[in-house]
Amino acid sequence: MKIDPVTLWTVIIGLAIGSFVLRFVFIGLVGDRPLPPWLLRHLRYTAVAILPALVTPLVIWPAATGGTPDLPRMAAAATTLAVGLWTKNVLAAIAAGAATLYGLLYLFG
Amino acid sequence: MSSTTAKSFFWKGVRDSAPFVFVAGPFGLLFGVLATEAGLNVTETMIFTMTVFAGAAQFAALQLMQENAPTLIVLASALAVNLRVAMYSASLTPYLGAAPIWQRVLVAYFTVDQSYALSVSQFETYHDMSLSGRLRYFAGTCALIAPFWYGATLLGAVMGARIPESWALDFALPIAFLAMIGPMLRTPAHIVAALVSIVVSIAAAGLPYNSGLLVAGIIAMMAGARTELWLQRRGSWT
Repeated sequence: MKIDPVTLWTVIIGLAIGSFVLRFVFIGLVGDRPLPPWLLRHLRYTAVAILPALVTPLVIWPAATGGTPDLPRMAAAATTLAVGLWTKNVLAAIAAGAATLYGLLYLFG
Repeated sequence: MSSTTAKSFFWKGVRDSAPFVFVAGPFGLLFGVLATEAGLNVTETMIFTMTVFAGAAQFAALQLMQENAPTLIVLASALAVNLRVAMYSASLTPYLGAAPIWQRVLVAYFTVDQSYALSVSQFETYHDMSLSGRLRYFAGTCALIAPFWYGATLLGAVMGARIPESWALDFALPIAFLAMIGPMLRTPAHIVAALVSIVVSIAAAGLPYNSGLLVAGIIAMMAGARTELWLQRRGSWT
């Protein structure tokens, strides 16, 4: 489905400015004044707080199957996470997940 | 410090960053392919990737736009994915904050996961580096990876339309993100944040305007921070 051009350009411009501001705010504006510990404590968890919430619905209700839970995709997700936890290696986790997905899609697809 | 030493810091940055071509390459390729599948042309894809320059946030925005989420939600969610770079910026400030403003502007643009991680570990290990040596090291960590990321995105965007559906690329994004999450779960507090994030995202899946992602993210961040405090009080935080 085609993304509306006005939405697309609003998002690109907004994200370009927003991402730059996020990176510039401390090094550019705050200088070397210390930051409140509570703020740093929350910022530490942003990535692990947001990414699982983004992925979970895509794993449980995949768009490719019209939202029906699907064994190959669930198994690939579990394998990717497990190998990532175990090896701490992003590429090994991707390879294991992709192998699981293709293997099971070949067997059951 | 002599210019020879400063120059060698640049090349040390380049060498240290070399393994990350195996991360930037596939991710850039994937973004190019997925953006093309979402209907973006090559110019749109390249402007997107070169101005925003934040892999995970770009993927999140693309996904939400395809789900027809309202523009404000797309922006807020993608920026939330990118909040961690504010923390990187804060943590680089004591080392690079004394640079002239135009250099700090460039440092800000190039602050991403690998340039940050490599630079902070280098600066912490070698306390006596001069400001110019640090800036050169930081520049070195981006000199190879950034062009590689742009090139891989371009290749993906050009190839994109020719990739058959049987490759199941719909699932490349979840796998890429899940692969990033595993190595991030370094402490019990990170694990609590991730678990809360999963549970709330399921419970909040029905919320209007795809706002479940933001709600889950905020609650999970608070859960991580509370867990850290609780572990500190028990004396089991290292």
